[in-house]
Amino acid sequence: MAEWVEACAVDDVDEEDVIRFDHGGRTFAIYRSPDDEFFATDGFCTHEQAHIADGLVMDDIIECPKHNGRFNYKTGQAKGAPVCVNLKTYPVKVEAGKVMIDIG
Amino acid sequence: MRAAVGNKRDYSLVGESTRLAIETGLASAEWYHTDVPRKVMKELMQRSDGRAIRDTIIWIVLILGSAAGTVWFWGTWWVVPFLFVYGVLYGSSSDSRWHECGHGTAFRTRWMNDIVYHIASFMLMRNPVQWRWSHARHHTDTIIVGRDAEIAVMRPPDLIRAGLAFTGILDFRYSLPTLARQAFGKLSDDEKSYIPQMEQHKAVIAARWHMVVYAATIAVAIALGSWIPLVLIGLPRLYGTWHMVMTGLLQHIGLADNVVDHRLNSRTVYMNPISRFIYWNMNYHVEHHMFPMVPYHALPKLHALIKHDLPEPNPSMWHAYREVWPVLLRQLKYEDYYLERELPPTAKPYRGEFHEVDMTAAAAE
Repeated sequence: MAEWVEACAVDDVDEEDVIRFDHGGRTFAIYRSPDDEFFATDGFCTHEQAHIADGLVMDDIIECPKHNGRFNYKTGQAKGAPVCVNLKTYPVKVEAGKVMIDIG
Repeated sequence: MRAAVGNKRDYSLVGESTRLAIETGLASAEWYHTDVPRKVMKELMQRSDGRAIRDTIIWIVLILGSAAGTVWFWGTWWVVPFLFVYGVLYGSSSDSRWHECGHGTAFRTRWMNDIVYHIASFMLMRNPVQWRWSHARHHTDTIIVGRDAEIAVMRPPDLIRAGLAFTGILDFRYSLPTLARQAFGKLSDDEKSYIPQMEQHKAVIAARWHMVVYAATIAVAIALGSWIPLVLIGLPRLYGTWHMVMTGLLQHIGLADNVVDHRLNSRTVYMNPISRFIYWNMNYHVEHHMFPMVPYHALPKLHALIKHDLPEPNPSMWHAYREVWPVLLRQLKYEDYYLERELPPTAKPYRGEFHEVDMTAAAAE
């Protein structure tokens, strides 16, 4: 079942960047792509418990700050060692300048 | 300089120290980081192909040039300087290329990192799959006994072994049989502890490719009746390793183990520009461990930004070795002894809570 929550304001995330969003004991990462679209994934790298929002966004890739594991943040796909398990993604919509994600 | 809790260390990755590290929370712990504003860090982390392409072209030209000189002057004393340069480029600078490209930070373009990573792995006689995973572990659990697969000098220090490392003999004796074993499909328990099962077959395939190239090199040497192929492929791992060992040993030697603050277990040393080219700025080692996303060419800038929070760097390699030598001698008798480098007044205190952790109590549980 859908459960939309407000993650941040549009301006909170720079273009080609990511921020961390904590909600209900869970942590998420909110991305703004170079073409100004928003995406959301789980906040922890699937390799180890590192906050992926401390990493680097390059085009459609997020690179984990701990071991440089790379994911496509639009699809969650792991792009090779040391990450082997995909990142969970969440639906995102923008309403009235707010970024909403469906964590349901 | 300090002494911590007295315990015999078990450096196996599946032994008693491993169990203790996991039980006490040392494994996969949260590490100390100096505060750096996100915008600044983002800028420092930026990748570009240009700088690494330039450096790699210089690197390749120097390698091919010194190899050509070696072949041309073979049989005369003029070959010595060419062998000297070729050996260091092949046997030492390959380590920093392996390292930086393994992190994926040298080039922005992934395949460029991957190509240089595989070439450098071959030069070093390192299985590219195995070592990618061992290095990930090294960053998760830096100098955590029983977890880190890349502790160069264990305690109590074996000084003869450390000295022989400069000749490459021990590494050669370990690396080649390891590749041969892996080529036959056999991974050790330690290797299996950090290479995920789904990646293990790739390690075997990589080892087979390395062995094929070595076999071909030997065949060419026999066919030509010449040592040159072996002097250029394989043997530089012996005569050219000394610079890698000289710089690499300083990364962690004599410093604390089982702590979660890189300022306590890693060392930054100022080095001359030639060594920094060979080493790709890994002399900024505290900075690298704290922020492994920052490319080699941005490490001096990162260092300038956070040095207020780090111990004073050693001004030279000579200074660092002079500082660590008495510590090593003392560790021969008291293996818990280590060097705690002084922080400037502007720094946050060391995060050293695990120093005082009662490992004997944990062991008794």
